[in-house]
Amino acid sequence: MDWVFILQQAISAGIGVNAIIFALAAIGLNMHFGYTGLLNFGQAGFLAVGAYTVAVLVVNFEVSIWLAFLAGVGASILLALLLGIPTLRLRADYLAIVTIATAEIIRQVARSVSLREYFGGSDGITGKFGADFFALNPFPNGLELAFLRYTPNDLWVVIVGWALVVIFVFLTYLMMRSPWGRVIKAIREDEEAVRSLGKNVYFYKMQSLILGGVVGSFAGFVYAISRQSVQPDNYSTALTFFAYAVLILGGAARVLGPVAGSIIFWFLLVFVEQVLRQAVANDLIPNWLMSPNQVGQVRFMLVGLGLMLLMIYRPQGIFGDRKELALDARA
Amino acid sequence: MRRGLLALIALTLASIGWFAAPAAAETITIGGNMVDETGAAIADVEFNMTGPNDYNQTTQSDAAGNWSFEISEPGQYFVSINPDTLPSGVGLTEPDKITRSVVVFSLNNLPPPIKYLTGPGPERASTLDRALQLTIDGLILGITIGLAAVGLSLIFGTTGLTNFAHGELLTLGGLTTYFFNKMGLHVIPSALLALIVAMVLGGFIQDRYLWKPLRRRGTGLIAMLVVSIGLGLLARYVFLYIFDGNKEQFLQYAGQPGWQIGPLSITPKATIGMIIGIFLIALTIAWLLKSQLGKASRAVADNPALAAASGIDVEKVIRVVWIMGAFLAGYGGIMMGLNQGVQWIMGSDVLLLIFAAVTLGGSGTAYGAIVGSLIVGLFIQLSTLIIPTELKYVGALFVLIVILLVRPQGIMGRKERIG
Repeated sequence: MDWVFILQQAISAGIGVNAIIFALAAIGLNMHFGYTGLLNFGQAGFLAVGAYTVAVLVVNFEVSIWLAFLAGVGASILLALLLGIPTLRLRADYLAIVTIATAEIIRQVARSVSLREYFGGSDGITGKFGADFFALNPFPNGLELAFLRYTPNDLWVVIVGWALVVIFVFLTYLMMRSPWGRVIKAIREDEEAVRSLGKNVYFYKMQSLILGGVVGSFAGFVYAISRQSVQPDNYSTALTFFAYAVLILGGAARVLGPVAGSIIFWFLLVFVEQVLRQAVANDLIPNWLMSPNQVGQVRFMLVGLGLMLLMIYRPQGIFGDRKELALDARA
Repeated sequence: MRRGLLALIALTLASIGWFAAPAAAETITIGGNMVDETGAAIADVEFNMTGPNDYNQTTQSDAAGNWSFEISEPGQYFVSINPDTLPSGVGLTEPDKITRSVVVFSLNNLPPPIKYLTGPGPERASTLDRALQLTIDGLILGITIGLAAVGLSLIFGTTGLTNFAHGELLTLGGLTTYFFNKMGLHVIPSALLALIVAMVLGGFIQDRYLWKPLRRRGTGLIAMLVVSIGLGLLARYVFLYIFDGNKEQFLQYAGQPGWQIGPLSITPKATIGMIIGIFLIALTIAWLLKSQLGKASRAVADNPALAAASGIDVEKVIRVVWIMGAFLAGYGGIMMGLNQGVQWIMGSDVLLLIFAAVTLGGSGTAYGAIVGSLIVGLFIQLSTLIIPTELKYVGALFVLIVILLVRPQGIMGRKERIG
């Protein structure tokens, strides 16, 4: 067992692109679920809308990537309105079902053969659509620091990505300190009470849905740019559930919860995967019990089990405050 | 990881091609031979191919079934078949593989021929005949969904749990049947054993050792919902771990020929499966309406505290509801397995449709769930008259959203439940 290698891989994953994508997705979910109490199960849809808008506009319509980013944000606002208008007046689980259904609609439309001309079918869209973005890269040589090796492009994505995380965390912090944030948190605790104070609850919920969705679309941008491709099946409901696992692990309704959650989540995921992989390769785990192919599956099982155990024994996550988020008390 | 490997292989192949290149051939062809299941050639089937530099061509198979495209540069090409141009009574056995990707690394290596597997397909007769056939298919789908939806709805009604792991009960039924079947048992006793496993493991044990302790602790409904998501993820990948990712057929009745009734075709297994399904649903409704426990379950759904105060053993009612729910869903999985084969993902694939059915009918009412399921099933199948088959689920989910806009309590739901 090469523990040094395992740790290196795990650390790289903990600060890598995936950690950024899920941190951003979870920051958006934190706004929805952690602060407002909205059950958005379609965060993958917001990521898909962001990623696909950029890819489609830049590759198929040769729009400038900066305009495409703007359009991506616009599209995610539109999606939030579309989801919110019919459901925000209804009970919480209606939003859950409609959002999860919409995310699936988006994915299936994106992978359909009939629209392959625009969305590339199940293969998605591949192309050098990040060229304008990478042209701004001030680090032409990449980075080699101990075991961390980044190509120039990777380094630029990681730097910009973490900068986005910091910006959105700071914005969340500011918003939650404002009167607006207090209303949002009050809605989570008791909607009726807020309504009786003369606040338009529907309106506030809608704003929260939009803001969280926009952060989600930024996660989609990072996803698309870092891989220079978009593929429909990357935006399945599993992505949303992983983002929930990240959020709950770190602690919902905590400003830094999603960030800590994402780093720990990816560190653990890759750590466990690498340990299992090496154990299988070195015959520490017999082959009839686990083949190299099955290691990836065990990883998913552990995420599921982890999500269950967390929710049962520590719903506030690692850094959460049980009093702040009384998930248990909510009916 | 796999992509990287592919790219590496591609690069290696490309470089081999580069060094070995003699005077390059000008053009090569990508194509295949279109035959039906008996091996007879099929003519006049339309194919389309797209590729680099706006390559976009359409061709048709000739009298010998041959079809081909000429290309003059390497790259990735996409070939797709137009299934609507297949003759009447012939269909693709892999309707999800309409488009194939062909990577041509060099013009010296002829790409392997592309094979589309065909089997008996829908008669491309009049729209009316198609509509009739789709109605039958829709009823079968609706009853399959309905079996799961009734259980989901009963569990939601009595415990308030929105169970995101309900699809896995279908998979449990289907895969356990396959397991016993593979061990050498005939499919019918296998199915009976699988139903017992579903009731014990999916119903009794799941409730006794997971949900009952959680209710005792006073875990919130949303927390329980997230737990069910975790459980679904866990169960799904345990299935994948044990059974691999392939779609499998039961050993008996796999290629059963259908009965022809006028323009309609239906297999005996689907007919019998559907009749048993209807019988089970009717039995459940009778149980709800007539039996002591059924009445008690409706009382619990209405007001658990009041039900408990009037002497109903709430926990017992919930346990029975869980076992019934697992049984019904397990049977739904077996029915699905008979008609379409079993796979680790089969249950979660229809989970959203089950939710759609329950929401459409009105959450918490068993009758609503059945009506909702039939509507969803019929709508999905009949919508393929107008929209492409691959988008049929999208249509159903879209209708769900529209219904929520106009009538949020569902078709048969009561208004006070949506608050």
